[in-house]
Amino acid sequence: MKLQRRTFLASVSAASAVMAAPAVMGQARPRVVVIGGGSGGGTVARYVAKDSDGAVDVTLIEPTKRYYTCYFSNLYLGGFWDYNALGHGYEGIAQAGVNVIHDWAIGVDRDARTVTLASGSSVPYDKLVVAPGIDFVDNAVAGWDITKQSMMPHAYKSGTQVQLLKNQIENMREGGTFCMVAPPNPYRCPPGPGERVSMVAHMLSQSNPTAKILIVDPKQNFSKQALFEEGWAKHYGGMITRIGPDFGGANVEVRPDSMEVVIDGQVESVDVCNVIPAQKAGKIAELAGLTNDAGWAPVTPSDMRSTMDENVFVLGDAAQQGAMPKSGFSANSQAKVVANVVRGELTGSRIFPARYSNTCWSLIATDDGVKVGASYEAGSEQIESVSSFISQTGEEADLRRQTYEESIGWYNGITADIFG
Amino acid sequence: MKGLFLSVSLSVGAVLAPSASLGQAVAIGDAEAGAEVYRRECASCHQVGEGATHRIGPHLNHIFDRGAASHEDFRYSGALERQGRDGLTWDLRRLHAYIENPRALVSGTRMSYRGLKDEERRSDLVAYLRVFSDQPQNIPEAAPTAIRPEVDLSPEILAIVGDVEYGEYLSQECSTCHQRSGANEGIPGIVGWPEEDFVVAMHAYKEKLRPHAVMQSVSARLGEEEIASLAAYFAALDE
Repeated sequence: MKLQRRTFLASVSAASAVMAAPAVMGQARPRVVVIGGGSGGGTVARYVAKDSDGAVDVTLIEPTKRYYTCYFSNLYLGGFWDYNALGHGYEGIAQAGVNVIHDWAIGVDRDARTVTLASGSSVPYDKLVVAPGIDFVDNAVAGWDITKQSMMPHAYKSGTQVQLLKNQIENMREGGTFCMVAPPNPYRCPPGPGERVSMVAHMLSQSNPTAKILIVDPKQNFSKQALFEEGWAKHYGGMITRIGPDFGGANVEVRPDSMEVVIDGQVESVDVCNVIPAQKAGKIAELAGLTNDAGWAPVTPSDMRSTMDENVFVLGDAAQQGAMPKSGFSANSQAKVVANVVRGELTGSRIFPARYSNTCWSLIATDDGVKVGASYEAGSEQIESVSSFISQTGEEADLRRQTYEESIGWYNGITADIFG
Repeated sequence: MKGLFLSVSLSVGAVLAPSASLGQAVAIGDAEAGAEVYRRECASCHQVGEGATHRIGPHLNHIFDRGAASHEDFRYSGALERQGRDGLTWDLRRLHAYIENPRALVSGTRMSYRGLKDEERRSDLVAYLRVFSDQPQNIPEAAPTAIRPEVDLSPEILAIVGDVEYGEYLSQECSTCHQRSGANEGIPGIVGWPEEDFVVAMHAYKEKLRPHAVMQSVSARLGEEEIASLAAYFAALDE
């Protein structure tokens, strides 16, 4: 793949070209450090490296050697996707010219512009991109903290937690109860809990058809609600009960030792309990002093730049940007805007206006896929939705199957786009 | 490049931006003259009228208001089937767009026909086909035969020369779903599209001639300059 006619077209576009002097003068190669190798961080690292043709020194700091996507981990739960197919290595990102360091970032000195690693060394940067995803708010669900995750898994960061949850559901007693404690807004992957319930129901309807599913939800409404409720009635009639805030869904305590869930004072015995707590930006964003009282990192809508530091960008789930949902698609979209801006500021390449988009596909049952999405633009205060769409209730089976097939195409497309 | 864009502009203008008077002329057409156009352009592959059966292409009875790729006993291209499931229906506008340039409306269509650019002959042909549909509407403004007046795209806007570098940036939105490898499963490949087809297709999504919620949303905020830039970028890619 190569480009031609660049010079011919340059004259046409000169008016909009950024002619400002590069931000870093007199230095051999400007340095970009990216913390977090997921959908946002992986994309920005690879794009800056490949598009700058070696002019920018890009370092990606990511503790795991193999990244397991959250998206499609529900399909693994439902038996539609292989666990290994959720995993992606960093070879392609390294091949694009990124220096990949498998270590924890444990601190950022924003005055000295260095990132401290758990191994003790520090990495200097000119521009820092922070893309750590989410962490859980302490004591968000009474009785649960991260030390209870083996008894009541969150399974909301993919990987072994999802394997554990699947194992627990598979070994549940006949006619047992699977309980999900759903999170309050805002949280990663808005349709994720609904899709997870669908996939657990699919799995149980085959292996344990008298089992029950109980959703305890602090939210009045949830993403794709009409589509999920239609699908649940159609495919899993009678299996799923949801307790919303009007019936105590916001007042919940869990007792992992006795496998009990207390809803508005009433004790329920459950067999498997998936606790998805309230969320906040990944810890390193907080350690770097980039977060606000709400626990998220506020950014400028036009370029995802931290409002706390002009040399720092925050991407994906950790950012507080406005209307975009916290999703892998959003992070990937934001990363391209940041890559364009960072490269422009460091090398003088052209900077184009931000464009953001997102689509979230969900699977309700075999060949029953739905989607929701929107295009976004930078408003003066935050990112705003400019057009949106959602699957309709009552759609033909053929269209739903096509939507599911489309989601597989998307999964393969975005993972190739992130990981090379 | 300039010449190419001029031809694109004519083509887009014809499909998407008929003036009011042109729209009415198109809507009526002359069925008798259309019979001759049909014999020359279509009859070697398609049958229409009493006793018509599928040949190389499907028979064309009751084509108006029929969903694309909806004959169960005919094997269509995957691309046409996909658009059928997305909701593509053969109304007058879409028949015009398809006959004018089949691949601009349905990229992977199996109908190997170069397209009929002549507006008048095309409207005659469509008028002829309409005779063989259940309830041909003779009121030009009424569905399914009316052409909705479209936003007029001026030749100046359509003649914009694409900015390849801008197109490269814009294409990053495409590559979240459409793979650079050209993979064509679940989501169609878009690498290696001729520039003209690309421009016409994106305008067809923008004008909601082509069905598909995601693409209609993506194209909704692509201006003429953006579409030209994307087309120029994809055309400049060496496969």
